[in-house]
Amino acid sequence: MPLHLEIQLLAVVVAAACALPGVFLVLRRVSLISDAISHSVLLGIVLAFFWVRDLTHPALVVGATATGILTVVLVEALHRSGRVKEDAAIALVFPALFSLAVLLIARYAGQMHLDVHSVLLGEIALSPFRRWEMGGVDLGPRTLWMMGGILVLNAAAILILWKELKLSTFDPALAAALGFSPVVLHYSFMALVSVTAVGAFDAVGSILVVALMIAPPATAWLLTDRLTHMVGLSVLLAVSAALSGFWGAWILDVSIAGAMATMTGVGFVLAFFLAPDRGVLAGIRRRTRQRVEFAGMLLAVHLLNHEGTLDEVQETRIDHLQQHLRWSPDFARRVINRAERVGWVRREGSERLRLTPLGRETARVGMTR
Amino acid sequence: MTEEGRAGSAERHLLDGAGDAPVPALSVDDLTVAYREQPVLWDVDLRIPQGSATAIVGPNGAGKTTLIRAILGLIPRAAGRVRILGRPLEEVRREVAYVPQRGSVDWDFPTSVEDVVLMGTYGRLGWFRRPGAQEREAARRALERVEMSAFADRQISELSGGQQQRVFLARALVQDARVHFLDEPFQGVDARTERAIMGVLHELRDRGDTVVAVHHSLQTVPDYFDRVILLNVRLIAAGEVETVFTEENLRVAYGGRIPYVAAPPAGEGPGGGGSGMGGDDGIPGGATGGATGRDMPGNAKGGGH
Repeated sequence: MPLHLEIQLLAVVVAAACALPGVFLVLRRVSLISDAISHSVLLGIVLAFFWVRDLTHPALVVGATATGILTVVLVEALHRSGRVKEDAAIALVFPALFSLAVLLIARYAGQMHLDVHSVLLGEIALSPFRRWEMGGVDLGPRTLWMMGGILVLNAAAILILWKELKLSTFDPALAAALGFSPVVLHYSFMALVSVTAVGAFDAVGSILVVALMIAPPATAWLLTDRLTHMVGLSVLLAVSAALSGFWGAWILDVSIAGAMATMTGVGFVLAFFLAPDRGVLAGIRRRTRQRVEFAGMLLAVHLLNHEGTLDEVQETRIDHLQQHLRWSPDFARRVINRAERVGWVRREGSERLRLTPLGRETARVGMTR
Repeated sequence: MTEEGRAGSAERHLLDGAGDAPVPALSVDDLTVAYREQPVLWDVDLRIPQGSATAIVGPNGAGKTTLIRAILGLIPRAAGRVRILGRPLEEVRREVAYVPQRGSVDWDFPTSVEDVVLMGTYGRLGWFRRPGAQEREAARRALERVEMSAFADRQISELSGGQQQRVFLARALVQDARVHFLDEPFQGVDARTERAIMGVLHELRDRGDTVVAVHHSLQTVPDYFDRVILLNVRLIAAGEVETVFTEENLRVAYGGRIPYVAAPPAGEGPGGGGSGMGGDDGIPGGATGGATGRDMPGNAKGGGH
């Protein structure tokens, strides 16, 4: 397989594997714990390395997962102590573990191929050079196999524990009352997050892992209101970010992992503004429409109040309305156009308005509300 | 919820049967719950018979929610023993339904009304099994009972407070339980929903189920419930509404600051008709007949606090 295809395949697998647990991290409102885990796993990797003296040994994954879970345990213990808030607990725990790892690397592992820069940012372009060979046969990049395995693991876990994860995320109290221990589920899930963070670490580094885990699900949540769709969309968004990031990096000659993470952010920003229901623009449009609708009601009530009075001639003049109700000419035009369109008022000549029977009824009902 | 299921309830009584008298739906002995050595519930003893509707009332911080959560094993007990239908909770989980406070979950969660109701079937399904056609049918029937069928496919964030509460009730109904715990089922709901919910709860009671609800509005206690638990960290009183829901007990439970003065049944209230009660709130004495018009602090809680 050509090198660039291998890198793209790896990018896609990493992105999908991260997005899956990311959905539940976002829904459980513990997104930042992924940041903590992805940093503190380094300590597990370093300690396991001292034990086995081999950077490719599976013990490293075990060690890393263990420190990932330790991070969660410590954060929750601090939080539960009631003396520290959760965000502070996260900010206390992972830098401590991470810096310990950094010190250990600097002091004892000069020969270790672990430098802090690659820990933070990873180097996906180098991953294909670490091959897996068996009996002289090249089976492809090691990282690809590992991340492929983690992707399958994540997908299987979410599939098998779908209803349990959904329930314990939405309503942990009911989950506990029904006998599904939220604690067991929580820690199993955090183990998954840890394994994923370790696997992705090698390819994209500890900071960008967070982007791949959190941004696609956060984006998907803006676009859908069904959990199944959210999962599918998260994977799709993550994969698109991986591919577009790869080509962006290729064209601009920049870090692939950095470009991938940037693309997840671009996706989020686009959805944030343009999402059909929950986007900022949709919100502005909705509010404007509500304002025009309300103003139409105001107009109908105003016309009704002056119907048959002495000043009716004056009060129903369009230009007078603008002064009286203090609308800008543009806004007044929109309100009147809409009121006309829905059949509440009709124009009499070019400058007067008259209520239709429907408009009269609407105004009466509106006033009693 | 099926008719066959219900027909067997007399039989189930026998199964429970330790003796001649039916087993109490709930018995609590010496229950103490502490938070950092501060007791939140102190030595509570309770017996609730089957086929009754019980209100748990008391001031804020009295431990009402804590009581339910401790009974359901959701928070650790410092001491005490809880039996539901004569057995430990672990053995009767499927007979117990729980409706948490509406505000305890995130209603932006990406899911539909029917899906939330289906969650009530998860306990019976156990680990790994997915709900199927039978469960969906049960969910639809439960939604019908709370008049929410039209909303089955709605995203839950589109619901009003009253609708959310009805969905929660429907979720409890599909559990097909015999003992139902509800935490403030009327909080922030409209009058129509309150009547609808109470109608369903009375149906449950009338078929022999037991309903226990944290309740905030004192003036509706006599209408809605048969029994009442007055709580303020300690158990102040528990029993039938007519005998226990007295001014004296309320005064003890609320520390003199009674948000509402119960109109005592004629000739029963100490001090003859409640004069001088609730002075702290500026509510005039002699509350008879005043129950409907007042804006009780308990009612205002949904929006106010």
